Amino acid sequence: MKLSVVDTERCVGCQSCMFACSRRQGEAGIARTCIGVRSVGGMERGFVVIVCRACDDPPCAKVCPTGALKPRRGGGVRVDITKCTGCGYCRDACPIGCVFWDDEINKPMICVHCGYCAQFCPHGVLRLEKREKVGHASG
Amino acid sequence: MLQDDTLANVLYVDISKKRFWIEKRQDLFEKYIGGAGVAIQLLHEECPKGVDPLGPENPIIFAVGPLTALFPLASKTVAMFKSPHTGNLGESHCGGRSAIAIRMAGYGAIVIKGASDIPLYLAIHDNQIYFRDASSLWGIGSCITVGRIIRENEPAAGLRTIMRIGTAGEKLVSYACVTTETYRHFGRLGLGAVFGSKKLKAVVISGKRSLPVSDGKLYQKVYDEIYQAAIGSPAMKKYHHLGTAENVLPLNEFGGLPTRNLQQAKFEGASEISGETFAEHYLGRRLACSHCPVGCIHIAALREPYGDEPYFYKTSMISYDFEPIYALGSMLGGSDPKGVLRLMERIEVWGLDAMSTGVVLAWATEAQERGAISEKETMGIKLGWGDYTAYMEAVRLLIEQPNEFYQALSRGVEHAASLYGGEDYALAFGGNEMPGYHTGPGAHIGVLIGARHSHLDNAGYSVDQKTLAKKKPTSPEELAEALLAEERWRQVLASLVVCFFARGIYQPDVVSKALHLAGFDIAPEALYRIGEEIHREKYRFKTREGFSLDKLRLPKRIFETSSPLGKLNEKFIRGAIEHVKKILFE
Repeated sequence: MKLSVVDTERCVGCQSCMFACSRRQGEAGIARTCIGVRSVGGMERGFVVIVCRACDDPPCAKVCPTGALKPRRGGGVRVDITKCTGCGYCRDACPIGCVFWDDEINKPMICVHCGYCAQFCPHGVLRLEKREKVGHASG
Repeated sequence: MLQDDTLANVLYVDISKKRFWIEKRQDLFEKYIGGAGVAIQLLHEECPKGVDPLGPENPIIFAVGPLTALFPLASKTVAMFKSPHTGNLGESHCGGRSAIAIRMAGYGAIVIKGASDIPLYLAIHDNQIYFRDASSLWGIGSCITVGRIIRENEPAAGLRTIMRIGTAGEKLVSYACVTTETYRHFGRLGLGAVFGSKKLKAVVISGKRSLPVSDGKLYQKVYDEIYQAAIGSPAMKKYHHLGTAENVLPLNEFGGLPTRNLQQAKFEGASEISGETFAEHYLGRRLACSHCPVGCIHIAALREPYGDEPYFYKTSMISYDFEPIYALGSMLGGSDPKGVLRLMERIEVWGLDAMSTGVVLAWATEAQERGAISEKETMGIKLGWGDYTAYMEAVRLLIEQPNEFYQALSRGVEHAASLYGGEDYALAFGGNEMPGYHTGPGAHIGVLIGARHSHLDNAGYSVDQKTLAKKKPTSPEELAEALLAEERWRQVLASLVVCFFARGIYQPDVVSKALHLAGFDIAPEALYRIGEEIHREKYRFKTREGFSLDKLRLPKRIFETSSPLGKLNEKFIRGAIEHVKKILFE
């Protein structure tokens, strides 16, 4: 399964997904969120939703020097925090900015495609979908 | 409250000395929850008696609450200050990203003191506070441009608020607003002028953190309950669908929609400026405040040709709501939605309170019609109902203030009428221009006795509508008590900083349950007592600054134009005010 950004034009910028992601990890607030919503450059032009799109051959894993990031079956990566040294190469390698950072422990945070955030998306922007080849349809 | 919650942190910033410090104020938050309750205490502490609202001693206070960033819809920031518009309690609430940003930066409240010698903007990123030189931003008239520049210069996109003023704030128009996130405002009572007087062009705030809860499992459960209620309730759907503009037609049908400076309460052009018309022809996008799934903010897309060359268009994205539609539409006798939108856009760009501006223009139109002012005062402008070209020019001039007349307009309708006459039709209550309700006595009494003279203080219009539905008259005493009870409860909501649109969801038992998770154990009955005390504390400030229920001016116009509950009666209104006085002061 993979999380899909179906249509950012439907996004009202409520950021409920960001809070949901943190809650899923047992925390209130947004420090732990692996999804980000910001305006395109002023609210009048709508929003961008930044979240891992589950690449088949993820560049973040390719640059990890310690093997802390391993490609996940079905796309994206799994993070093994114990192996991570906090070098930040993965963050630099993702051109979309989907490697979020936990400043407290200096480690990456990346979406695991659980779909919890989609349950709190009131306007149909996010959807958990059966894995298909990453294609043009993902936002 | 929970020991490791940063809510108790109050950030003090002295922009005279360019210093800042943080104090732990559990004392305030534990007793008064947050938001309005904490802000009024900070105002008592920081605002000396009798200060000039535009002087450096007037503080600006922002406060959020324990549920902010914990539960949906607790996303308002309460601002308190001494109002340059009324010379008394200034309180204004704003959504956008403001409340979440303050809470996520690690503060429950922010106090800005002093005045800067040079234009500056404040950047508050967690515990990093920067005093940025804004000399090159000063004089940029458009709130939108200022936001755009700061957006490019500061980090934390998506996690920040950018509060700023436009030219109206710089020019100290007493009803200038502070704008956040392009479309949300600390609209009423002139916070923009207080910013301007301090040479404070903007405040940007950002942060990202975790918050403690007392019980993780229960937190998820209560969260889900509140969230489901928010997305499922018909009331919230209404705010999402047509938005507050939905009220135009029903209010007009009742005969409670102020029209042409309240010479009528029914507008023949209502359907052209209704929520339905705006949605069908102009609605281009809907937006939400942070951590609110509703998305009540309605943005119209207005496509217009420039006219100087063929096929050259611009598309403006303009926020509309019921109140600006009333103030700039029916109140000005304007049924051209494009004209209404154009004027709204100018007011948004320059940073004025749309409601006060509309009422000021309505008074000026009638005053010119009646000959109280002439084209000498207006500098050649002939104000006429629905003439938006003239209105846009008049708004530009009341900001620029090139003569005494426009200077008077820049201080509000009560002030202008005190100089030029026409007080009988100068529609301000407690010094603040009227909202869009002539529903009966409740609407006007509510604004008169409301601590910030806003329709949101106690929703008198709603009491009127209930009276109308019951078909049974309410006595002045009953009305006074209903309004006071509502206003006291709203102090609790405003201290939690829960949006008033969600008042149906945040009932006392739900509030109590949610607060428990933030480490506050307050029984529902105790909440009422806290609300009552906060209300008393606001009145203590008002009385200190010279407010008296005996001195309230009632514009004759409200007795001339019939309301859905019939012609209003001065004796009835005075009786209700007298009863409020008895309850509050005896």
